[in-house]
Amino acid sequence: MKVQAGLLALVLAGSLAACGGSGGGSGDADAAASARGPITIWYSNNAEEVAWGKQMVAAWNSAHADQKVTAQEIPTGKSSEEVIGAAITAGNAPCLIFNTSPASVSQFQKQGGLVPLDDFADGKSYIEDRSGDVAQQYKSSDGKYYQLPWKSNPVMIFYNKKAFAKAGIDTAKPPLATYDEFLATARKVVAAKAAKVAIYPAPSNEFYQSWFDFYPLFAAETGGKQLVEDGKSQFNSDEGKKVAQFWRTVYADKLASQEKYTGDAFVDGTSAMAVVGPWAVATYKGKVDWGVVPVPTSSGKPANEIHTFSDAKNVAMYSACKNRGTAWDVLKFATSQEQDGKFLTATGQMPLRKDVAAAYPDYFAKNPDYKVFADQAARTVEVPNVPNSIEIWQTFRDAYSKSVIFGQEDPGAALDGAAQKVDQLAKQS
Amino acid sequence: MRRGPLTKILGEHPIGTVFVTPYVVFLAAVFAYPLGFAVYMSFHDYFFTAPGAVVDRPFVGFANYVTVLTDPAVQRSFVNVLIFLVINVPLTVVLSLGLANALNAAIRWRTFFRVSYYVPYVTASVAVVGVWLFLFNSNGLVNSVLGPLAPDPSWLVNSHLAMPTVAVYVTWKQLGFFILLYLAALQNVSKDLYEAASMDGAGRWKSFLNVTVPGVRPATVLVVLVATVTGANLFTEPYLLTGGGGPDGASASPVLIMYQRGIEQGNPDIGSAIGVLLVIGVLIIALLERRFVGRED
Repeated sequence: MKVQAGLLALVLAGSLAACGGSGGGSGDADAAASARGPITIWYSNNAEEVAWGKQMVAAWNSAHADQKVTAQEIPTGKSSEEVIGAAITAGNAPCLIFNTSPASVSQFQKQGGLVPLDDFADGKSYIEDRSGDVAQQYKSSDGKYYQLPWKSNPVMIFYNKKAFAKAGIDTAKPPLATYDEFLATARKVVAAKAAKVAIYPAPSNEFYQSWFDFYPLFAAETGGKQLVEDGKSQFNSDEGKKVAQFWRTVYADKLASQEKYTGDAFVDGTSAMAVVGPWAVATYKGKVDWGVVPVPTSSGKPANEIHTFSDAKNVAMYSACKNRGTAWDVLKFATSQEQDGKFLTATGQMPLRKDVAAAYPDYFAKNPDYKVFADQAARTVEVPNVPNSIEIWQTFRDAYSKSVIFGQEDPGAALDGAAQKVDQLAKQS
Repeated sequence: MRRGPLTKILGEHPIGTVFVTPYVVFLAAVFAYPLGFAVYMSFHDYFFTAPGAVVDRPFVGFANYVTVLTDPAVQRSFVNVLIFLVINVPLTVVLSLGLANALNAAIRWRTFFRVSYYVPYVTASVAVVGVWLFLFNSNGLVNSVLGPLAPDPSWLVNSHLAMPTVAVYVTWKQLGFFILLYLAALQNVSKDLYEAASMDGAGRWKSFLNVTVPGVRPATVLVVLVATVTGANLFTEPYLLTGGGGPDGASASPVLIMYQRGIEQGNPDIGSAIGVLLVIGVLIIALLERRFVGRED
């Protein structure tokens, strides 16, 4: 029996060694930076982005038969970030992913999964020339770019004109600039039963949900501050507490719901307003007669001074990539003025390049609804590119959820408590 | 009888060893190895890296366990899952045994009912969760029926009711599987025993208590253990039904926190420590259950 057990253990050890023994070196990074040949890329599964991606790849392949690009949608998972993280660990990530969340970059970087784009002779200059000052927000703590700022969806307040008209609110210039105006308008909407709730930010506890309630208003109130700056929390400032108190009033007065909604509350007419970026316009077509205004501030700042959350998705190059020379060329091709124009036309999302409105005058002349997003795109705030980014956002969300959404703690005290934990997390490397 | 060297290695019945080896290899690869690796991770400063990346992963002793045990969110999640088990396991046993007993009788539409109870079990949670959200939100069907008795805040956003509601949901969803286990067990209870009980003057209720319940005891042990293990692995329901363990972590389960810490936040060492503690907790509960439920009279 003992002999049998020993034999079995040997077989198992052998099989496990076989399982665990895969892998391999990342290769010579310098050689890879200039290597050319076929590459693989992933893009989002959003229908409009898929259409753009297919034409971009076809255009590249038609001119580069020896450096063929094979493209596919990001494999399905609970989130794109989870799938990408697993691919990095397994060593089978593609060369480029056109849907890299800035919040995950620090984690991917820590995993050794990303290629610093500064490795390419024109890497830094290309990024900064294309995106201008906005690019600085995407630098990692070591001063390098591990992501190319690609496109943003500046978050604004959409409102349903029909619901506002029913509540007797001006649909051309609704009073939504200050917190007091916003709350008064919201109360009118609910009192007139024009919608069940005035606005419906997701009340659930996922780390990223604060990007669509607290963060846009915080960016506006502070004139463009990030959640964490220079390793220190900013959200427990007076401005941050004002924003938290504003949302607390919204929930306490039942102008928003604490309950999870399945579907799109704005499209369904359950809410009269939504906090979202221009990507959603395509989903509203033929369903909602909408208008859009910047997010409110306590003092009612003029529109051209208001910052908001960018809701950007970027392109990163992954360290499993062998033919990095080709990958860099494809990245520049896909973010050229011509391809950015095609992306804008296909999706309505704003390429993260300097003065989008001036770069594509014809598009904005034909699509005046989008002009306001182009103007807003110049004043966007990104999530901070710091270590433990996701943990920081989850810590913030937990405190926000407890105090602001469910009213179980004073919002100011909850933000102070979260700030202590976040400061410690931001200091870790 | 003389034993040859091959018999010494492969035993008296080598064919048996050959048959069992693939499953043992499978079990080792997908269960034993990951479990051992999780224990290893929980004692190191560990994070997942790209192949070839050189990083330091020092031994940290019990540091990850200290972090986990002093984390209020983790503590809360273990309390939550205990609340869940206290409601879910007895409810599962009582309902599935009762319904299996009813379905075992010669009632009309028996096959229809058997299929009906099984449908939720084979339906994806993602699909069924939508229906429960509709039933249990503040303007849902349940509150409409309850009228002024409806809780405020409503079920799934009420910190006292969220976990019990999740427990009831899971009980309902898995009932079909446990009914099936009991139905199989009921076929083994001898009809003679019922006849003898009847001759002794036992009514239906007494027969159920004195014949059926002891007769299906092995199945009850299995139901209790399986319900405990699946309950301790609760993830989908708090993830989907209560929007990530809300309100304020009142329905967060250890596996949900494990997912957040280990996968989302890139701290698999912390996630593993939670997992190891969960395994130990489940083993202790299972041993206690086996001792008390499996006890022969």
